[in-house]
Amino acid sequence: MSNAKYILGHFEDPDDLMHGIDQLQTNDISIYDVFTPMPIHGIEAKLGVKRSRLPIVAFCCGLTGTIAAFSMIYYMLVIDWPIDIGGKPAFAFPDFVPIMFEVTVLFCSFGIVGMFFFRNHLFPGRAPRVMDLRATNDRFIIAIDAKKNPHPDKIDSLLKGAGAVEVMHNDRKYVSYE
Amino acid sequence: MGTHNHNHSHNYSEYFKFSGKPKIWSLIAILIGFLSVGYGFLTDHAERTFANLLLMSYYVTCVAAAGLFFLALQYVAQAGWSAGLLRIPQAFAKVLPVAALLLIIICAGGLFTHNLYHHWNAEGLSDPNSPHFDSIIANKAVFLNVPFFLTRLVVFLGLYSIFSFLLTKFSANEDLEGGLSSYKKSIKWSAIFLIIFGFTTPIWAFDTIMSLEAHWFSTMFGWYNFAAMWVSGLCAITLTIILLKKSGHLSWINENHLHDLGKFIFAFSIFWTYVWFAQFLLIYYANMPEETVYFYKRWEPEYLPWFWLNIFMNFLSPLLILMTRDAKRRSKTLMYVCILLLAGHWLDYYMMIMPGTVEGHRGFGIIEIGIAIGFVGLFTFLMLYQLSKKALAPIHHPFLEESLHHQI
Repeated sequence: MSNAKYILGHFEDPDDLMHGIDQLQTNDISIYDVFTPMPIHGIEAKLGVKRSRLPIVAFCCGLTGTIAAFSMIYYMLVIDWPIDIGGKPAFAFPDFVPIMFEVTVLFCSFGIVGMFFFRNHLFPGRAPRVMDLRATNDRFIIAIDAKKNPHPDKIDSLLKGAGAVEVMHNDRKYVSYE
Repeated sequence: MGTHNHNHSHNYSEYFKFSGKPKIWSLIAILIGFLSVGYGFLTDHAERTFANLLLMSYYVTCVAAAGLFFLALQYVAQAGWSAGLLRIPQAFAKVLPVAALLLIIICAGGLFTHNLYHHWNAEGLSDPNSPHFDSIIANKAVFLNVPFFLTRLVVFLGLYSIFSFLLTKFSANEDLEGGLSSYKKSIKWSAIFLIIFGFTTPIWAFDTIMSLEAHWFSTMFGWYNFAAMWVSGLCAITLTIILLKKSGHLSWINENHLHDLGKFIFAFSIFWTYVWFAQFLLIYYANMPEETVYFYKRWEPEYLPWFWLNIFMNFLSPLLILMTRDAKRRSKTLMYVCILLLAGHWLDYYMMIMPGTVEGHRGFGIIEIGIAIGFVGLFTFLMLYQLSKKALAPIHHPFLEESLHHQI
């Protein structure tokens, strides 16, 4: 038991899980993470999860797209090969707008999808790292870092008291698909 | 009553009492409106007064219709988040018959006094032997003639009014009887309404606004007007909710609901720009004289500053102000944006109507401001009166509880 890295409390009911989080927090036990097979309202606020920074990535990628599109069209239509289209000036800005808009959307969407996969270590062909396989199926799981919280017995009893059906002491952080 | 749950204490059956300041001020506003109309006619500005009457009656009818559209949309989508605030669009929908009647009277008055629609409704325009013969108008005369024009207007607005009556009646029955039967009926009739509304609103916009400049046409115009209607309707709904909350009502509506309304406003402001720009770009790109005349008029020094202000108010300001999550959740920010956009869409309609009616004799003074105040007062008065007749929440709505737990 002393080698345990993480303590996982398995719950069968989301209300019990929320109760478990309350119990641990009132006893000053820090929670590493919580895994649930479905979204639970209010859990981010309870755990103090920070808001995602993905919108910043979206903005930066979008801006890159706008600038890329503008410079590309400007180079093509104004500098490199000006064409007289319907007597309009070569730099006819309204014509640029749809392309700038579309390239902005393209860069932004690819950028945030890429960044999302990167941050979550999800690459094609990579086995996902999960702390317990049943968290994607039917169990609601609270993970506690055993090294940071020195009283495993107390944690056990708190989890059990809150309605945990199973408490696991794992020596390895992730169980992998093999 | 009803869906009460012991965990929270919202008084769903509370009533809005229509008295005191809102009542007095809306009555004063109506009076100002009447005085301005009188002033307009007495100072020999009949055409300008008619153009403003058309603008505001169309605006108010559109906002009321947007309330009905919102209602129908929530029923068809079986939306849960909005259940608690449905009484506000319902009150909007109940104003629709009166607003529609006013619009019809003003359109008919403008037609017969030749103050509006003189581009297609004048002596000899479709008579080949007349010196005033206009072949473009003659070709359109099958569609653009007085009886058919008025019939369309009456039929469309009459249909919308029937649906506004039906949908509010189902909700009233639901309050009395509970159960799911009213809700199911609402879904069915909402779906029918949306189909009719979708096909008729473009024609409604073509008739009342686009035909002011009958030589010109744009197929985008219907959707452009729909976008304006939907944004201004959403702003009016949101503003009403925020003001009601400020006066201590609607305790069950929280920042999550406002956030959703804010997202709607944000998204549809961009949609408005999209449609506006789609119309502009095609005309700009094709550069055909019969099409560019529309923007040529609006590019004259008389209208140019307003042209840019329109885009600034209706696109740039909601885009920049409502971009962040917090801005949509803070009722104060949202309130200012709603007021700004309501003013912005007044300007939008102004830019649609004035160059085709009063052209160079445009004005911005007592007539414009007074008539706008008058119609806002009228709408507020009718809407709050309708709102005060029923409990502020649809107490037996099947999703009322879900609406309460809405969280984003």
